[in-house]
Amino acid sequence: MPKEVLLDPAGKSVNNALHRSGHTSSTIAGITAVRIGKRIELHFDRPVTDADVAEAQKIGENFLSNAVIEDVVSVTVQN
Amino acid sequence: MTFKIGVVTFPGTLDDRDAQRAVRLAGGEAVALWHADENLHKVDAVVLPGGFSYGDYLRCGAIAAQAPVMDSIIKAANGGLPVLGICNGFQVLVESHLLPGGLIRNEKQHFICRDQTLVVENINTPWTNQFTQNEEIVIPLKNGEGGYIATDETLKRLEGEGLVAFRYKDVNPNGSMNDIAGLRNERGNVVGLMPHPEHAVEAGFGPDMPGTMRSGVDGLKFFTSVLNSLVNA
Repeated sequence: MPKEVLLDPAGKSVNNALHRSGHTSSTIAGITAVRIGKRIELHFDRPVTDADVAEAQKIGENFLSNAVIEDVVSVTVQN
Repeated sequence: MTFKIGVVTFPGTLDDRDAQRAVRLAGGEAVALWHADENLHKVDAVVLPGGFSYGDYLRCGAIAAQAPVMDSIIKAANGGLPVLGICNGFQVLVESHLLPGGLIRNEKQHFICRDQTLVVENINTPWTNQFTQNEEIVIPLKNGEGGYIATDETLKRLEGEGLVAFRYKDVNPNGSMNDIAGLRNERGNVVGLMPHPEHAVEAGFGPDMPGTMRSGVDGLKFFTSVLNSLVNA
C-alpha cells in the first residue's frame, strides 16, 4: 500500500468519483478517503512453509515494494 | 582522444537515440549498451536514458534496476564511473539505491510535457561542471511519475550536504518535495534528474527560448561537462 502520509492521487480521484456517482447511502457518505494498493500473488506447486512466508515477506519489502513509497501490509497463504 | 559514453537500452527505452546523438554533438563517441549484456565495453561514462523500461511494471525503473547491465553499472558507479540518469533513468538510479528517495505519480495525475526552467545548484559533478553556480537553464520535461519524495531525514541530509543538483524554478510541475528536479550522490559521479537535457542540444530542435523558437541548447552542457571531466581525469 502507498504510505499513509503520501498523497495517493489515484485513490483521491476514485474517492471523488464515488461521491459523485449518484449512489447515495450512509455508507458512501461515511467514506472519507479511498486508498489503492497492489496485490501480488506468488504461486507454488508445493505446500508453502513458514520459511517461504518469511522469505516472501523479505521479497515483498526488498523488491516487490519500495520502502520509501509503500508498505507491505500483509503476507498471507491461500490454497 | 575520443571518450566513449555508453547509453543503455532497456526494453521500453525511448530516448536512447537522442542521448546517443547528444553525446556525438558534444564530441564523444556513443556506445550502445544492452540491458541483458553485463559487459560495459570499456565506456568512460554511462547514460541511462528516458522511456518506460519494462512498461513501468511493478514500479517505474524497478525491473530495469535488476537487469544484468545494472549489476555492472552499480559496481562501476560505486567505483567512480560517471553515470547520468534521465527521467526513467533517474527512476532506475533510485530503484538501484544509487540515489536516495523515490518518484511517484505527479501531484495532479497528469502527464506533464513542457519547457522547464531549472536552477543548477551543484556544479561539482562530472555532468554539471560546464554550468555556473545557480545558472538557470531551460530543458524539456515530460513525465507522469516525476514527483520526488524522500523521508524528512533524507531531505535534511540532501539539503545539508548540497546534494540537490537541480531545482524547479517558477513552477513545480509535479509536486516534488523541496522543488527537487535532480540529485547527485555524495561522490558526485552519479547524477539523476527528471527533465531531459538530451532534447536540448541542437538549435532548431530544442525548447523555445525568449525571442527564438526551439533554439534552446542548455542540455548540451551535461554532455560537454562529462567529456571535460574525462579530459581532466
